[in-house]
Amino acid sequence: MKKISKHTFRSNTLPAMTTVGPVSLWLLFFVAIPLLYVLVMSFCSLDESYNVVFKFTAENYARLMDPNYIQIYTTSILVAFFTTVLCIIIGYPFSFLIARTKWKHKALLYMMVIIPFWTNSLIRIYGWRTFLGTGGWLNHMLLMLHITSEPVEFLFNKGTTVLGMVYCLFPFMVLPLYTAIEKLDSTLLEASSDLGAKGSVTFRKIILPLTMSGVFSGSIMVFIPCLGYFFVSDILGGGNSDVIGNLIERQFQSGNNWPLGAALSIILILITLLLVKIYQKLGGDMDSLGV
Amino acid sequence: MNVEEDKKVIVEIKGVNKIYGSNHVVKDLDLTVYEGEFLTLLGSSGCGKTTTLRMVAGFEEPSSGIIRVEGEDIQNKEPFERDVNTVFQSYALFPHMTIYDNVAYGLKMKKVKKAKIKEKVMNMLELVQLGGFERRYPSQLSGGQKQRVAIARALINQPKVLLLDEPLGALDLKLRKQMQLELKRLQRKLNITFIYVTHDQEEALTMSDRICIMNEGVLQQVGTPVDIYESPQTKFVATFIGETNLFEGSVLEKQGDKMRIVVEPGDFKVRGGGFNHGDMVAVSVRPERMLYSESPVEGFGLMGIVKEQVYVGSVLKTIVVLSNGNEIKIERLAGQELPTGGQVYLYWNDGDAKLIHTFDNVFAQAVENIVMK
Amino acid sequence: MNRKIKAIVKKTAGILFCSFVYLFLFLPIIVIVTGSFNATTTKPYITWKGFTFDWYIKLFDNTALLSSFGATITIALISTLLSTAIGTVAAVGMYKYKFRGKGLIDGLLYIPVVIPEIVLGISLLTLFSNTHIPRDMLTLILSHTTFAIPYVIFNVRARLSGYDNSIEEASMDLGANRLLTLKNITLPVLAPGIAGGALLAFTLSIDDVIVSYFTNGQVKTFPLKVMESIKSGVAPDVNALSTLILAGTVILVVFTQSDILKKIKRRK
Repeated sequence: MKKISKHTFRSNTLPAMTTVGPVSLWLLFFVAIPLLYVLVMSFCSLDESYNVVFKFTAENYARLMDPNYIQIYTTSILVAFFTTVLCIIIGYPFSFLIARTKWKHKALLYMMVIIPFWTNSLIRIYGWRTFLGTGGWLNHMLLMLHITSEPVEFLFNKGTTVLGMVYCLFPFMVLPLYTAIEKLDSTLLEASSDLGAKGSVTFRKIILPLTMSGVFSGSIMVFIPCLGYFFVSDILGGGNSDVIGNLIERQFQSGNNWPLGAALSIILILITLLLVKIYQKLGGDMDSLGV
Repeated sequence: MNVEEDKKVIVEIKGVNKIYGSNHVVKDLDLTVYEGEFLTLLGSSGCGKTTTLRMVAGFEEPSSGIIRVEGEDIQNKEPFERDVNTVFQSYALFPHMTIYDNVAYGLKMKKVKKAKIKEKVMNMLELVQLGGFERRYPSQLSGGQKQRVAIARALINQPKVLLLDEPLGALDLKLRKQMQLELKRLQRKLNITFIYVTHDQEEALTMSDRICIMNEGVLQQVGTPVDIYESPQTKFVATFIGETNLFEGSVLEKQGDKMRIVVEPGDFKVRGGGFNHGDMVAVSVRPERMLYSESPVEGFGLMGIVKEQVYVGSVLKTIVVLSNGNEIKIERLAGQELPTGGQVYLYWNDGDAKLIHTFDNVFAQAVENIVMK
Repeated sequence: MNRKIKAIVKKTAGILFCSFVYLFLFLPIIVIVTGSFNATTTKPYITWKGFTFDWYIKLFDNTALLSSFGATITIALISTLLSTAIGTVAAVGMYKYKFRGKGLIDGLLYIPVVIPEIVLGISLLTLFSNTHIPRDMLTLILSHTTFAIPYVIFNVRARLSGYDNSIEEASMDLGANRLLTLKNITLPVLAPGIAGGALLAFTLSIDDVIVSYFTNGQVKTFPLKVMESIKSGVAPDVNALSTLILAGTVILVVFTQSDILKKIKRRK
């Protein structure tokens, strides 16, 4: 026999609804439904005056195979790949050094990674253009030191786009790495060397496996945004190293072909899903992508 | 001993069951707690003791049955409306509040005047020997100190009943022993009813006025420590509390209160009422009551081989193996040792053997199994 | 001896390496701050023409720039407030209660975090245009709240993972009802996680370019203003404002962080 009492309400339903209800509705309206719109739109057509009409077509997807577009996908993936690799190569030793330093102002070192990001990212990227441009600081210095006789164009190639991407996304590599490395129990390292392992062996057998989770989440956090950061390739790449983001942006602004842009976005979503699946297969924790 | 008549009932648990899904955690529990007593719920983990405590506190709701505090059904009372307080196993001190604020919390909730709160908190901290700690935070205290704060925080509200959920579980042995005595002292001094949950039988025996032993959700026996130790009513109690030697068999002959009981490795005579010819019986004899002789003893047909003797200070522990392979533990004051491998005859004095019905248990278990299926 | 020298070499190399990384991180900042004091008046404002404070004064005449800054702050404050409230309550609810569809909510939460911002931007643009919601301050606030909510939830959740449920029971046991328990115990204990989430939400909002780029209308945020001006060269008054914002946030955070750090240390 189940007695009716006000305690019955204690069992979940009401508090669960009031706490999780708002977020559920929000996610439904502003994440799920918009993405459904995009999916539907990717199968829509345009009429003569470039209005979206709900007439089913797979043509948008067919157009994705355009060789020019494939060229951009390749560039985009290459940029993302080199950005991620550079972020790991620079970010890993850097995170290791600042996470395991015995300096008492360790927190300051950490904060100094974040502080630049309180300045608008566009203007910082523009700062790089000012620095690297033909009339910029670097050329001034080179001319003054007579290393070159006339200004060198450093800008507007894939290299500068990668530089900008690394610059923008570096903290997203450092923060998870820092967390993973800081968590390392130093007695493990001592135990390893005590058992006769050389530094390099300890690194390969102990440190790397235990911090791999940080490398994985950092890589996800760097690689995926790279595909979409159109303003970086706009400012530093000068149209020579467009990423998928540029392509999408154009469809929604100047190109005014939303269905094609939607189809491109679906491709980007699929790439993201694939990478996230791999990340989860490797044992990655989704929550660590957001903290 | 008859506490029922001269003491006031404070908590009454009647026919309480707690079922989580298919897990029957507390089964038909009936228990009466008297004002001012120190009652311990004792059992191994998962026996339902903590669930019982949490039902009294209001954190869990009985699936069926009634719980009364001072005669009032508290079914519809929220935890914050009940005049009972809890000391949690994890202490559950508020990490963001000072010791003072932790202890004052209950009184603040009751909207007691500030000056009064201050006075009471200071007195309480003094009582638990934490005077001068009021401005510290929980993280700055040792385990034992945290424990005292948890106790002070609960006691300051002068609850009708204080519920303690393994409060000493996280402390080291020495500190635990010290806190046991201190808790007992506090309880006597404040004369508050304690319901104490533990899995540590020694702790239960040391502190309790009465012990309530539970196993797999079923109440096994309630009684004073002496009752529980000397007259276990179930096989579980006999083996759970202290060490014992258990002979299981049946009544072969019966004349008045004299019976002859046959067990696998032999037979013996005992005195005891309430048994009939053919009844299943378990006979419990504590190691310190077990005696041996090198020649046969009248009325006892138990013979074994000395397997091992260990000298532990004042006591000599002997293990004797019976013909069926069962090992019998014997403890006696150190003296002359027996030759290992020698034959001995086991016996005991009348009254040192406790007789336990076993048929009922087996039967009840069988019935339950059928019902559950 | 050999070992000692090795250690010194190692340490020096480490310090040098880290210094280079910090130089890399701060180089554009140095360029921006320097640019804000540049006396040049000709586009693209790169050549150094001497030191001046003029741009800091002229800044206050540039009403369009100032109002964009105002809009940025307003949007950031409101969306932080919204996302922190919704996210905190949701994190607590998801931690405490079991219910159907939890996995679905989790899945939806990860979307704004992992998908490229541009996809979130165009999906919201599609939503607003299909539902005929005019693009304005409101759409920016809704969009910013959307991408901030998951970060708040993850931060609060991280704090919850070390949370002892029994302190809430203890509070109720001592006579506090659910609301008082929430106010006295749950929220204060979760405060560092909530504050961390809110700070992140605020930072993401003021710096957001991509999502705002697709969801803005008449109201322009500061990053959008910068974007407009990039083609013709960013004027030094923009640098001046950026410098002021940076200085402001650094001071603010130094104050709050030191306070928060002290509190955390005490609790540990």
